[in-house]
Order: sequence, then structure tokens, then C-alpha cells
Amino acid sequence: MHRIGVFVCHCGSNIAATVDVERVSNALAHEPGVVHSVNYQYMCSENGQQLIKNAIKEHNLSGIVVCSCSPRMHEATFRKTAEAAGLNPYMVEIANIREQCSWIHKDVEEATEKAIVLARTAVAKLTLNKPLVAGETGVTKRALVIGGGIAGIQAALDIADAGYEVDIVEKNPTIGGRMAQLDKTFPTLDCSACILTPKMVDCAQHEKINIYSYSEVDKVKGFVGNFKVTIKKKARYVDETKCTGCGVCMTNCPSKKGLNSFNMDLNTRPAIYIPFAQAIPNVAVIDPEQCIKLKSGKCGLCSMKCGANAIDYKQQDSFVEREYGAIVVATGFKPISLENFNEYGYADNKDVITSLELERLMNAAGPSKGTLVRPSDGEHPHVITFIQCVGSRDVSGCGKPYCSKICCMYTAKHAMLIREKYPDTQVNVFYIDVRTPGKNYDEFYRRAVEQYGVNYIKGMVGKVYNENGKLMVQGSNLIDNEQVTIASDLVVLATAIEPDPSVKDLATKLTISIDTNNFLTEAHAKLKPVECATAGVYLAGVCQGPKDIPETVAQASAAASKVIGLLAKDKLKGNPCVAHANEMTCTGCSQCAEVCPYGAITYENKEFRIGGGKTEKRRVASVNPAVCQGCGACTVTCPSGAMDLHGFSSAQILKEVEAICKR
Amino acid sequence: MQEIEKNQKKPLIVAFCCNWCSYAGADLAGSSRLSYPAEVKIIKVPCSCRVNPIFILKAFQRGADGVILCGCHPGDCHYSEGNYRTRRRMGLLFSMLNYFGIEKERTRIEWVSAAEGAKFSAVMNDFAKTINELGENRRLEDLRCKD
Repeated sequence: MHRIGVFVCHCGSNIAATVDVERVSNALAHEPGVVHSVNYQYMCSENGQQLIKNAIKEHNLSGIVVCSCSPRMHEATFRKTAEAAGLNPYMVEIANIREQCSWIHKDVEEATEKAIVLARTAVAKLTLNKPLVAGETGVTKRALVIGGGIAGIQAALDIADAGYEVDIVEKNPTIGGRMAQLDKTFPTLDCSACILTPKMVDCAQHEKINIYSYSEVDKVKGFVGNFKVTIKKKARYVDETKCTGCGVCMTNCPSKKGLNSFNMDLNTRPAIYIPFAQAIPNVAVIDPEQCIKLKSGKCGLCSMKCGANAIDYKQQDSFVEREYGAIVVATGFKPISLENFNEYGYADNKDVITSLELERLMNAAGPSKGTLVRPSDGEHPHVITFIQCVGSRDVSGCGKPYCSKICCMYTAKHAMLIREKYPDTQVNVFYIDVRTPGKNYDEFYRRAVEQYGVNYIKGMVGKVYNENGKLMVQGSNLIDNEQVTIASDLVVLATAIEPDPSVKDLATKLTISIDTNNFLTEAHAKLKPVECATAGVYLAGVCQGPKDIPETVAQASAAASKVIGLLAKDKLKGNPCVAHANEMTCTGCSQCAEVCPYGAITYENKEFRIGGGKTEKRRVASVNPAVCQGCGACTVTCPSGAMDLHGFSSAQILKEVEAICKR
Repeated sequence: MQEIEKNQKKPLIVAFCCNWCSYAGADLAGSSRLSYPAEVKIIKVPCSCRVNPIFILKAFQRGADGVILCGCHPGDCHYSEGNYRTRRRMGLLFSMLNYFGIEKERTRIEWVSAAEGAKFSAVMNDFAKTINELGENRRLEDLRCKD
């Protein structure tokens, strides 16, 4: 009947040091159904795989159990091996005797016993395995990029350049993201807008790229190769196709007191606005909370002045449904809120600002036209003190436990730029450590210290308070072992960064996981850094972890190359481990269809012979294998036990339970 | 002789782990060398909602001393909502088992993500400790099934 082969891997000494592999293979040789049992140093090596192939042919094996590392590592490898030797790839089971055994136990006796039980369990399951054939589905040759910052822009351009259509969904009225707000970029100090805006224009002009600005992902259905995404286009009250971006509406709008979020709320903007001069698309948007016409019905000045007749106060949110083969998530970051950090006096003192606010103050297109002034009185500050690690590397629970990675470098950049432009300014930096790994990064920081004379003080700041108009920064100097108080005109907080809050909701929609800090989790920390556990979804930029612009661009291109690889395929092999209904016992009760998250189950009226030449029509469930993802919710819900799951059948799991519980 | 008897009475724990979060969490515990007792044996299921109450009853019938179910955190299910079903279903089953005289503590649901290797190990150590304290479970053991 069964002709099972068992292959026990030493994994060098990873397994063999704690598990007596010889004893395992000998013990398994006597299991019912097992006709061949051996052990070998590295089963995944070419020789190891050849050994398996030879054994399959020589012993005419009906299935194999490989006792090795986690199936997450090499199940695919051994399935290919089996297939190459003519065996159905689903006649392979893995006993995880490394991660679940040799690596966590020290006692050889105990580990060997456990390895034998795990191997027996795999054999027990295998006796009920059936050959499975994966179905094929087509691939929609279009990609969705969520987020239009530098990560999304780079990914979209790379995918589009390979010849595939790309849609960018950006929640703000323009693409550009955080990078558009920056003044200069480290370590070369080139102007952020000068390197970013040409890429934004490329996106707008690329025939394969379509930008949904001021839009959000509403619903996601489907699976790799065939996602169905509903995009919500928020009402901007301006017809995108008509608006020329001339800006007449902005100058005529009487409601000018809205906070300008692009300038970090440092100045105001009218109710109808274009976020910044180089915005893509260069189309105005009305803030409904601020617009007099939308709130009270009176006004309508912008509509009267608009030469293009683009204003549409009746515009509503609209929804578009589009199909995609792959999705790139590039939702970026925001600085953390400083409400837990009262000691720095951010809320009480206008002249305590965050680094991103400083970027806007130093930017020629910013609220002060690039002249560095104090937000409180517009005076030039003479003593500026930077405080690093505000909320980063904070295990107290007030901030974030991780290093935000970019702050050391941008603080050095700020200090350097200020000393360059205003050599009379004294610049102090309080730091815990200066972390500058990266090409030309440490050289950059040393220039700030050695060439520009920035005063770096190793120590933390305990308090910032206002005394006679001066900001007193009280901290410790750990090198000189003393307390210092520096009277400053401007205090800049290098605020920790965190994933954009929209990512939580999005992760649920895409069924991808987030970690305790709300960063999206990659499929493998080292070997699959841009993939997700959910096939067809890829990550780029800070949504996956703190990173600077060069790293973000590199990751975005990596994600794009994965997308291109996927879209280049005409057919994708599906997962054959899907649900199926036994029509003989199915009562057509519909409970399975109710719990199916994918709508994979439908009902049909079928004719069945009931003996005596008679037939009867009955309603029975039918599973669409291309839509079913194989969760198994239906199998447990089914009251008659008609629903079962290929690869994880009830009988197989019960066999495993029995094998484990056998004393 | 007593020593041998002690060894034979080692508790038996069945752990059902979902493929996407908890099984990966167990792998991370392994690669981080975070140990937990050898009596814990893992069965991989695609989703915690694949676990039929019958599987748990069967385990107790066959002499398991504890059964633990691990899935993705609520809201993080790879299949969107499977773990919510698990939570409801198992709540009912566990209170029924309790009614049968199988202590509530012998069953447990834990949410362990793929990044929580340390949590996986801590959960298994804690569960095994509880089961050791409770001792052997014979309540559902079916004599007819004895080999």
C-alpha cells in the first residue's frame, strides 16, 4: 500500500548535535508504511536532493517525509525534488526537527524522543495525503502603488518603465510626500525639491502611470495576480480635468486662516489651495471645514473668478473599482506627537520646534522664505540648541523603543547649514550617541564638528523652560561630568518618526501584519525584505522600518523588480490546498458560504440518482478553487461534515493528534 | 523504578498553530534558541479557525493533558476574520469542557505574531507549567481506544 520514504537531515551539526539522527531514522524504519529510512548530512544540498530522487525511483516511493528545518524554509525545495523524481509535490511532508526540536532542547535523549514523535506524526499525516494539482490563474498586468512619496514614486516609475500600467493612490492632494517638505538632503546637501520634482513630473507625464491624488484605498478583495481594489476619490470640489492651477482662486478666497499643513502649520493658507508650487497634479482643492460657501452657502468667489469654470461645490466622494496583479505599500511616516514630552516645553513655547518645522523654516518656499527666524517674534536666533533622540530609543513607554535612524544625520545637516548661512550663530547639539553608518555619512558628521564648529554635547536634556524670553536648556554633559544650562533663542527637537497612522487600517484591508510599533512586517527579515507574508503585496520605504532616502529608493526599486517579475508571468500557480464539498453529504444549508471571507462558495441544484431509476434534485455547495484561499473556516462550520480542506483534511489532522498522543 | 514511572507520566501538550503568525513565531523562537518544554508538540493548520472542536476533544480522549491554540492577533488574521471565529467557537468549547470537569486551564488560546518568538516561548513555558501543576488528565480518556 503505502511506500513511504523518511529522510532525516543532520543540517551539519544544527540538528545532529542534539538529535541522535541515526536513532530517528532507525526508529522510523519500523513505522507502518515506511519502506525506506535514511539520514544524511545536508538533505537540501544537491547531493541530498539526488539521494531523495534516487530513493523515490529505486524504492518506488508513494510519498516522502523529510525531517529537517521548518517547512517555511525548505518545503518548496523538497516539493520540487519530489516532482523532479516523478512524485506529486503534495506527497511531501516536513517534520520540523530543527526550529521545533534541536534548536530549543539541550538534552539529547529528550530531543531525540521528540524528533521521533514529530517524524511519526508527519508519516501519519502523509498516509492520508492525496496527490494535488495546483490550478492556474491569469495575471492582471497592472500594479497599484499605495502612497505617492519618494518610495511610491520610485516604485511606480520602475514598474512603468518595464512596460506595465501603474496606479498611484495618494491620500493628499499632491504626490511628493515627506521628501517634498525637506529643504536639503544629506550627505550631499542637494536641494530636495530639485531632485524630487523632476521625478514627480515624470510620474505625471508617464503614459503608463495614472495618479489618484486625494484618494484612499477603500476595499481590497482578491489575491495575488487578481486583486480587486475600490479606490475612494475624496471630493476636492474642483474638477481635475478643468483646473489649470493658475491660483486665481487662492488669491481671491476670503477665508485665509486655515493652517498650512505642508508648512507644518507654521503659517496659513486659503480655504481653496494648491499645497505647493510644484504640486502634482497642479490642481486646487477646497477644505470643506474652512470654505464659507460649503459651510454657509454664501460666498462663491472662487467659482466667479475661475476662468476655467473648474469649481464644483456639489462634488461628492466617488468610488472607482480597479483590478491589479500586485500591490506596493509605500505609506511613509509622520513625526510622533509630543504630548508625552512636556519637559521640552514644545506646547508652551513657540520657539521650541521640531526638525521638520525647521526644514520648512529654512526652505526658500517656506513661511519665512528661507530666512531663519524665530516663530515667536521673527527675530534671527543667535543661539540654537538641538536635542536628539526625542522619543527615539525610549523604553519608558512615552516614546518609541527603536532608533529613528535619520535624526543624527539631519541634525548634523541642520547644524551645518545654519553655521554656513549664519556664521555668527552658536549651534549646540545634545546627543546620546551619534549614529552615522552609511556611505560618506560619518565624514559628513565630522565636517559638522571639525569644519563648522558645531558644539556637540554628550548628554540628555532634562528640561527646557522660558526665562525672560530665553529658552533655558538644562541637561547633563557626560564627558565633563557636569550639569549645563544653555540660554537659547531656538530649540529644535529631533522628533522620532512612526509609520503613518493610515497603515493600521490598510494592513487589515490587505491582511498583512504589523509589528508592535505599527511597522509592516516583511516576509523574512534578511532574505525577503520587500515581500509580505501575503503573496502579491510588497513593501517600500518607512512603512516597513525607519530608513533614509537612499535606502527608501533602493527598497522601492527592489519592490518594483518583484512586481515586474510577477507581472511578467502569464499564469500563476494557485494553492491546491483549497476546500471542497462532499456532495453526497452536503445539505445545502449555506452556513459555509456565510463564513467564507472570499465569497468562494456558491450553490447549485444538481441531480442525483437515488436508486430505482429515480433521480432527485438537491442544492449542494460548490467551491471555486481559484477564489478559495484555504483558511478552513467552512470546514468547521459545516454541520454535516461535508466540507473538507485539501492538504489539511480533518482525517489528516486527527491522525496527527493521534500520533502525538500515542504514548 | 519510581524514576521511570515519573518519566512515563510526562505531560502531553498539543499546540495548534496557524501557518502565518504563530507557526512563524514558533520558528522564530527556534532560531532565537528560546527553549520551551519538549512535551509541547505543534500541529500546523492554515488558520486557527481550521481547528475543529473535535480535534481538541480527540486530543483529550487520546490522553493529552493540555491543548493550546495559537493564531494571529485579532485584526491581523491572514484570512481577515478567521481568528474571530476561533475566539467565539473556542469560548463555547472551553466552557463546555469545564462543565465536563476538564479544568479550564488545560485549554488556552493565545495570539502570537510572526515577530513574537519570545512570546511564543514564554507562552509555552507558562502553559506547560500550568499543565504540570494540574497533573495528569484522565477525564475524557476512552478506555476502548487504549492500545
